[in-house]
Amino acid sequence: MVQQIKSEVLDNRRVGDYHVLSLTAPGIAESAQPGHFVTIAMGGEESSMVLRRAFAIHQVASRGVYGGTLDIAISVAGTGTEWLARRRRHDVLNVVGPLGQPFSLPKQGVSCVLVGGGYGSAPMFILAQALRERGCRVDMIIGASTEDRLFGVLELKRLASALTITTDDGSSGVRGTVTDVLDNVLQRAGADVVYACGPMPMLSEVARISTKQRVYSECAVEEAMACGIGVCMTCVLPVIGADGATRMVRSCVEGPVFRGDRVRWRDINTIPADAIGAPDSGGES
Amino acid sequence: MSAAVVTGGDPDRRQPTEQADTGVELAGIGLPSPVLTASGCAAAGRELDAFFDITELGAIVTKSIMLKPRAGRATPRMSETPSGMLNSIGLQGPGIDAFIENDLAWLNERGARTIVSIAGETVEEYGRLAAKLRSSGGFDAIEVNISCPNVADRGQVFACRAESAAQVVQTVRRSSDSRIPIFAKLSPDVTDIVEIADAVIRAGATGLSLINTLLGLVIDTTTMRPTLAGTTGGLSGPAIRPVALRCVWQVHQAFPTIPIIGMGGIRSGRDALEFLLAGATAVSVGTAVFHDPSAPRRIHTELAREVRARGFDRVQDVIGFAHRADDRDVPSPASAQHATPAPQETSSLEDWDFITE
Repeated sequence: MVQQIKSEVLDNRRVGDYHVLSLTAPGIAESAQPGHFVTIAMGGEESSMVLRRAFAIHQVASRGVYGGTLDIAISVAGTGTEWLARRRRHDVLNVVGPLGQPFSLPKQGVSCVLVGGGYGSAPMFILAQALRERGCRVDMIIGASTEDRLFGVLELKRLASALTITTDDGSSGVRGTVTDVLDNVLQRAGADVVYACGPMPMLSEVARISTKQRVYSECAVEEAMACGIGVCMTCVLPVIGADGATRMVRSCVEGPVFRGDRVRWRDINTIPADAIGAPDSGGES
Repeated sequence: MSAAVVTGGDPDRRQPTEQADTGVELAGIGLPSPVLTASGCAAAGRELDAFFDITELGAIVTKSIMLKPRAGRATPRMSETPSGMLNSIGLQGPGIDAFIENDLAWLNERGARTIVSIAGETVEEYGRLAAKLRSSGGFDAIEVNISCPNVADRGQVFACRAESAAQVVQTVRRSSDSRIPIFAKLSPDVTDIVEIADAVIRAGATGLSLINTLLGLVIDTTTMRPTLAGTTGGLSGPAIRPVALRCVWQVHQAFPTIPIIGMGGIRSGRDALEFLLAGATAVSVGTAVFHDPSAPRRIHTELAREVRARGFDRVQDVIGFAHRADDRDVPSPASAQHATPAPQETSSLEDWDFITE
């Protein structure tokens, strides 16, 4: 059940190039599942920033007097995230969540490969925990441009059966990208399921490789959102439905987690001509 | 003192001195609140119902619906701007048949008052939309969106020319049940909005919705190209509030008996009050929903307190009040019975018990 709450900042710490904020989140933390996200209003009530920012839920905990708490990872990329990264203990934020469709979890203890690009590894922490509780094998691949842009290496080493690291510049792990090593990791792990979160080009490649190897994949997309709750139609992307038809669907309510083989990755940022309601589709359906 | 506020045994409603009666009459429709959603910022109400009881609002104004399903424009569709945002959604939607079957049916079942916004590519399409709505029923008014800036051809923005604006409104009027009020939603991107208002009123519009977004542009300095896939987009949010307020003022001054739904950057009860004072009978809350999904309900409560704090018992009585000739009729804060500043907190149960004794 989605909640809108006043949330207190408990902690703000640096992790590599990122910030991790711990927030009180009674009512949100308890019902949060791996892949869910929250949105946060930027800059107070009279803010000139009218749009909320979306953050994947990185960790949840129950902390005594605070009740449920949650952690989010922030990559400073503009005025909003700069403001958020400056928040300190006891500052109050307006938080809405949990939002979106979470990752689906296998019923059996199957072999899972988790792929995180940059701070796309943040939502993988609670996913890895949930999978391990179900007796799944968890192999992990995380990658970034440089070592400082990797997120959570030490903790992920503990969480994963095997962790593969890639960096574009070779400053840590294998020189290259996560998708360069994915084929090998899938084979080594005998993977049944791939979960991924990161930039669109990475997700596109993860989905392509997984589908080619006949491995089921789920990807959490990072689309620009305005509302996060399904009313503005900003964050749409072309997705193939169970009926085979392509629709422009909202990544905030129908995602952010999509089946890798259902997203038309190469057609993102376009309206495919055969999508329902496309300008030259005739519109009848 | 409003009976609506003081009656009832529910302790949550025991706020005897703080809130004015929020009921207004909009083109013959009695609304419990002048606060509505804005078309395109609330979908068809369902998502916001998770944040507050949508039936407490004056009405849900639904996202403009077209004749056929429509995929809208390519992404990126949105860019944040100073105190505002630019959008280029391009009227994505399921088409009128699916809208009536799913969205309108849900709104009826939920018991929400509904103003259906319609948009067409041709005058004839508007007529067909109105005819389909006439057959379905189950709504309170039509908002005719003749001013969406996100169409490929600027010549298609009917509200930019008096003649085309009037043609659309006349067609919708003729195709609709005569008891259904029709609000024409106008664009501020015209030389003289009063001239367009005059034309649509003559064509049969019951009232006016003022204003749609302003056409704007943002360029991404990294890619050195326009940020939005559709190049231009509609500017909304607090940045446009003074423009919207000016439009409401001018049109109300010219046509004081024509009901106006005011909108443009409203995010507090005080903002809403400005629009009522300028002559709006109701207000639509749009972009503020993206900042705060509970905004319409919050603004309703804030407005009731702001009006009460100025010595008025009824929100209805402040409509157009800023146009008055002189100050003889202003309730004096000293003499007005309840004229205390709006309390920041709701009164405690103890306060209430004291007052009733």
